[in-house]
Amino acid sequence: MRADQILHPTEAGLYCPPGDFYIDPVRPVPRALITHGHGDHARAGHGAVMATQQTLDIMAIRYGEDFTASRQAAKGVARIGGVQVSFHPAGHILGSAQIAVMPDKGPKIVVSGDYCRAPNPVCASYEPVPCDIFVTEATFGLPVFRHPDPLLEMTRLIASMAEFPERPHLIGAYALGKAQRVIALARQAGIDGPIAIHGALQRLSDYHVEQGIDLGPLVPATAKEVQAQLVIAPPSAFASAWVQRFSDPVIGFASGWMAVRARARQRGVELPLVISDHVDWPQVTQTITDLAPEEVWITHGTEEGLMRWCELQGIASRPLRLVGYEDEPE
Amino acid sequence: MRGFAHLLERLAFTAARNAKLRLLRHYLEQTPDPDRGYALAALTGDLKLRAVTPGLLRGLMAERIDGQLFAMSYDFVGDLAETIALLWDTDRDEDVPLHQAVALLSETGRAGLPSTITAMLDRLGPSQRLAFLKLATGNMRVGLSARMARIALAEMGEPQVKDIEEIWHGLTPPYQPLFDWIAGGTRPEHAALAPFRPVMLSTPVDLDQLRAFDPALYTAEWKWDGIRVQAINDGGTRRLYSRTGEDVGAAFPDLLEALNFDGAVDGELLVRRGLDVAPFGDLQKRLGRKVVGRAMLDSHPASLRVYDAMIWQGRDLRDLPHEERRAILETADFGSERIDLSPLLPFATWDDLAALRADPPSIVIEGVMIKRRDSAYVGGRPRGPWFKWKRDPMVVDAVMLYAQRGHGKRSGFYSDFTFGLWDGEVLVPVGKAYFGFTDEELRELDRFVRNNTTERFGPVRSVAPKLVLEVAFEGLNASPRHKSGVAMRFPRISRIRWDKPAAEADRLQTLKDMIP
Repeated sequence: MRADQILHPTEAGLYCPPGDFYIDPVRPVPRALITHGHGDHARAGHGAVMATQQTLDIMAIRYGEDFTASRQAAKGVARIGGVQVSFHPAGHILGSAQIAVMPDKGPKIVVSGDYCRAPNPVCASYEPVPCDIFVTEATFGLPVFRHPDPLLEMTRLIASMAEFPERPHLIGAYALGKAQRVIALARQAGIDGPIAIHGALQRLSDYHVEQGIDLGPLVPATAKEVQAQLVIAPPSAFASAWVQRFSDPVIGFASGWMAVRARARQRGVELPLVISDHVDWPQVTQTITDLAPEEVWITHGTEEGLMRWCELQGIASRPLRLVGYEDEPE
Repeated sequence: MRGFAHLLERLAFTAARNAKLRLLRHYLEQTPDPDRGYALAALTGDLKLRAVTPGLLRGLMAERIDGQLFAMSYDFVGDLAETIALLWDTDRDEDVPLHQAVALLSETGRAGLPSTITAMLDRLGPSQRLAFLKLATGNMRVGLSARMARIALAEMGEPQVKDIEEIWHGLTPPYQPLFDWIAGGTRPEHAALAPFRPVMLSTPVDLDQLRAFDPALYTAEWKWDGIRVQAINDGGTRRLYSRTGEDVGAAFPDLLEALNFDGAVDGELLVRRGLDVAPFGDLQKRLGRKVVGRAMLDSHPASLRVYDAMIWQGRDLRDLPHEERRAILETADFGSERIDLSPLLPFATWDDLAALRADPPSIVIEGVMIKRRDSAYVGGRPRGPWFKWKRDPMVVDAVMLYAQRGHGKRSGFYSDFTFGLWDGEVLVPVGKAYFGFTDEELRELDRFVRNNTTERFGPVRSVAPKLVLEVAFEGLNASPRHKSGVAMRFPRISRIRWDKPAAEADRLQTLKDMIP
C-alpha cells in the first residue's frame, strides 16, 4: 500500500482510509485518534475517540463527560480496520502521544502531533519511534529558534521579582500544560510560597496534582487581595478587565515565540520568558537525523525552513498544510 | 557583559520611566568599574566605537549558514543583529567583561574585524551576542536619554542631578571620577571649557494666582516658541546646550559661528528671517541633523533670543538680582545680528499683561514669562521667582478611533487613544493622546472601549466612532509624515464629550486652518 493510501490530508484532518479514522480532526468525525488535549487538536463531538487515558480525562474536564459517544484508552498495539496503531509519549503536555500507524503491508507512519524533547516535569518524556515516514510539526521550524534551558528563564523571573518586589508578576501561560509546567519550573527554581492562579487554570491544575505532579501551594487569583507575588493566568486574561485588580503589574508571557523581540513586543510583554513545549530547531533536526525516515511530512508551522533543511540533507519532505492548528493553542 | 545584556533586554521591554531608572540604577550599583561606565556611555550614545557595517555581518553569516535559511530567518526576525545573535551556533556562554568587548571594537583594524567578531561571538551566549552586536553596530535603541542616566546616578549618592549636569560634559567614558564622587569621593574638576550650567525653570501660573502678587516687583517678556538653550563662548570654545544639558551644537553650526561674545547666556533658539521669527515647525526641520546642508542653512537660519546671562566677560552673574543681570545685557554687544535680547513688556497691572498676552504680535509666542526683579539665577525649578503664563491651548473636538492598552500602573486599561477628524464622510486619524483625564475618567473610557470594540489587533482595539474627545494641544505643524498632514504638539484629552454626537465633531480643515 502506498503511503498516501494509508494517511492523507483532508479538510477535516489527516485521514486513514484502511482504518477509517482521522488523527486530530478539526471537525466532528465518526472516529478520531487524538494526540493530545489542546483545543485545536482535541475537539468535542466525534462519534468515537481513541487517546491516552490522560488525554481522555482532559477532554472530559474541558468538554464534559459527553464529549464523545464512545471512548477507548490507548494501550499497547490496537487494530483498527486494516491497520494497527500504537501510542507513544511525545513530551509535549500531560497525556500527549505520538501515534504510530502500521499497515499490514507498507510503510510505518508516525504522527508525532506536537512534541518536545526538553525535560518536562509535568509529563512523560518523548520517546523516539522508528518509522518509514515521520510526520512532524514545524511550529519553530527556523534555525533562529534554540530554546534556552527553561530554568535559566526562571532565574530571570526570580531576578525581576527581586528587582520589583512591590509589583505582582503576572505570567501568561496556556491553561493546559504550559501553566502547570511554569508552576513546576518555579518550584524547581526555588519558589516555595503560594502561587496564585487564574480561575481558568484551577481544574486542569487539580488534575495534574491528581496525576501525581507536585505543584506546591496554589491560591486563587480571584480574591480581592491576591497575596502571591507570582500569578499565572491564560494570556487572554490580560486583555480582559480581570488584570485591573493588580497594581502596576509586570506582565510576562511564557512561550517559545518570546525568543523573537518583535513577537514579544506585539504582545505588549514586559518580561518575555522563552519556555516552549515544542521542539526547537536543534531538536527537530536531531530527531529527523536520529529516526532517518525515508520521508518527512510536515503538518503545520514554518514548514519552508524545515523543508529547506531536509532538501540540504537529501531527505524527501512534503508539507501537508493542515489547516486549523494554531501556532500555540489558547 | 552578561549583566549589560540583561539590562539591555529589560530596558527594551520596559516602558515605564521609573522602572527603567530602577533597572539602570541597580545595574550601576552592582557592576564594577570600568564596565558600568562603558555601559552608561553605550546607553546614552556617548561611546564612540568603530561601527561594524551590516555588510560585514552578512558576510560572516554567508560562511556559516545556507543563504535561503538565513533569508527566511531574517525575514521572520526583522532585525539583522538579532537574527545573527539567534542563529550563531555555539554552546559556550562566557561572561566576557564589557570593557574587553569595547577595547576589541575600538582597537581592531578593519582587516582584522571579521575574525575578531567571529571569535567573540563564539564565546558568548545568545543575549550577550545580541548585546555585543548592538554595541558593534552602534544601535542600542532602548529609549534612555542622558538625562535619565543622570537621574539614575543621582539616586545612587549625594550629588543631585543638577550637580551631575554641571560636570557631565567634562567627563569621558568610563567615568571613573564620576563614580568615585557619587560613592563619596571628591568632586571631579571641570575638565572641559564651556561646561553646561543647570537651567532655571519656571512654574505655571494663571491670572487668579497672579493677583496675590505686586506687579511692580516683576518683569515680563514674551515666551517664544522655540527651544530653550544655553549658548556659551568660553575663551573661544563654543557650545550650545539644550535645557537638559544635551549638546545640540552640531545641528546649528551657523549659530555657533555667531556666538562672538565671552560668556554663557540663556535664551531661545529660533529660526528667524530678518525680523520674522518662523514657526516651531521650521526649527524642527533643523533638529537632530548630523550634517546641515548649505541650502537648509540659508533657508532656515538659526538665531538666538537672549533671556538671561549666567556668566558675562568672566564674571559669574548668577547671584545678582535678575534686574542687574538684565541691565548688563541691555548694554551688551552680542557680536552678531543673529543674536538679540528678548524685549521687556510694559505693564502696570496684571490686567495690562493679560491684555498683551491675549493679543501677541507674533504667532510664535506661546505666552508670557514673569520674573521677580530680585531673583537670583538658580538651577532647577524653584517655586515662585519665575512664572510661565502660557496662552490658552488650542482645542478640537475629535472622535475616538482606536485604543491601546497601557503598561505598568495602567495595565489592563485602555489608556492610549487615537482620535480623528472628519474629512468628507471619513474620519482621518490626526493624533494620539494618553493623558489629561482623571483615574475615574480612565475607568469610564476603558469601559467605553470594551463595550464598543469593533476589531482587535493585538493590544489595540478599534472602536465604534461615536465618542467625542475634546483634545487640547500647544501647537500645530504641517507634517508630510502624517496621513492627515498635520502633527499636534502635546495633545491631551481636556474633556470627554459624552454629550456630543460624533457627527458634530470638528473637520480636518478646521485643524489645518490653525497651522501658523
